[in-house]
Amino acid sequence: MKNKSLVSISDFSKEDILRILVEAEKFENNPNTRILEGKVIAMLFFEPSTRTRLSFETAVNRLGGRVIGISDAATSSSTKGETLNDTIKMVSGYADLIIMRHHIDGAARYASEVSAVPIINAGDGSNQHPTQTMLDLYSIKKTQATLENLQISLVGDLKYGRAVHSLVIAMSHFNPSFHFVSPPELQIPDSYKLLCNKQGISYKQYVEISEAINKADILYMTRVQRERFTDPVEYEKVKNTYVLKNAMLENSKQNLRILHPLPRVNEIDMDVDTNPKAYYFEQARNGVYVRQAIICSILGLL
Amino acid sequence: MKTNINHELVVQALKNGTVIDHIPSDKLFQVVSILALHTMPNQITIGNNLESKKLGIKGIIKISDVFFTPKEVNKIALIAPNAKINIIKNYEVIKKVELVIPDEIKDTLQCINPMCITNKEHVPTHFYFIDKKKRLAKCHYCERICKDEDLMLK
Repeated sequence: MKNKSLVSISDFSKEDILRILVEAEKFENNPNTRILEGKVIAMLFFEPSTRTRLSFETAVNRLGGRVIGISDAATSSSTKGETLNDTIKMVSGYADLIIMRHHIDGAARYASEVSAVPIINAGDGSNQHPTQTMLDLYSIKKTQATLENLQISLVGDLKYGRAVHSLVIAMSHFNPSFHFVSPPELQIPDSYKLLCNKQGISYKQYVEISEAINKADILYMTRVQRERFTDPVEYEKVKNTYVLKNAMLENSKQNLRILHPLPRVNEIDMDVDTNPKAYYFEQARNGVYVRQAIICSILGLL
Repeated sequence: MKTNINHELVVQALKNGTVIDHIPSDKLFQVVSILALHTMPNQITIGNNLESKKLGIKGIIKISDVFFTPKEVNKIALIAPNAKINIIKNYEVIKKVELVIPDEIKDTLQCINPMCITNKEHVPTHFYFIDKKKRLAKCHYCERICKDEDLMLK
């Protein structure tokens, strides 16, 4: 994996995924080392981000590396009309690794082709966000002690949600059963159902969230975004349909854990936060360890 | 028989070169464009809306002294998969080329996703055919899967 960019979750084999998860666990046990001492990491965030940017910065800082970068396209020379090609070529002359978020789909793949140093994709438009997927997998493995043969319920915007798509691809290595819960207009795209069929993975589709709670080991909630609807009336109809409340978890499995890529708006009621099955804030913290493992692996330091 | 006579009158025989026959008439100029025939100095005969038993009407292109590589000629499979390619030497057909949809194709198709980097910056497009029967192409950059009816030439 050394010197190889991470652009898409499909760049990782099952073995790569498992190796990163093992390394991430070591960082969780020992998050502060000087392994990145002397390294400069460029953070190019052409699009605003809170969690992802801070978690990458935390990961680098805890390992003794230095961070340079931009956190907003408005402060970069792209506002002067500089192409992505030129920005990446220049920055790859300064830093040992580039971590990039961009609002254009495919920007990360292109950057990885013109950069002299590896690229970690921290989100390219609606396409990919592979480190999110890796921290989701880490959280699933940590809470269930395995990734194999799990019942995974995915709720909300399954049509456009890139976190959902990448998670389906990554979990397809581990023989899951999927339960897809969404309004009819935001169903999982056919290409992911085809993937399941090809791999012999069972899946069911539901409109009602209640049908997918009690059988689940993992309940993966996502936000239904207003901008996905052409008809605002349709949005108003569904926006309160997929709200998880504590009372709905009464008959859920003991080992159930609730995940959410965050930010949440109203789809998980705050009364769920104190339930021991709520795991989304721990999930976000796991992002630091997973990103430490990915950075060090790509720099060939593990 | 009558058709054949007409045919020969309209489109002259070729001594050496490539004949692309059985092109659907509405695709003829796309074939011209995908092979960049308009930039070639060679003699080229183009016929369109000719009578065809199979297609009703068809287009035909004869290019003198040009022999395409398989990679070039397979681009035609994207537009006119049932076209027939004959290689002519000394007025005789010495080879018929089967069109095959390529595994990948660069700088020829356009991505349907308006937010794709190839539609935003000067980046050549690059697609993989993930299902040749259904003609599903996946963009190397934005990973969007374009269906047959979405495939557009640049």
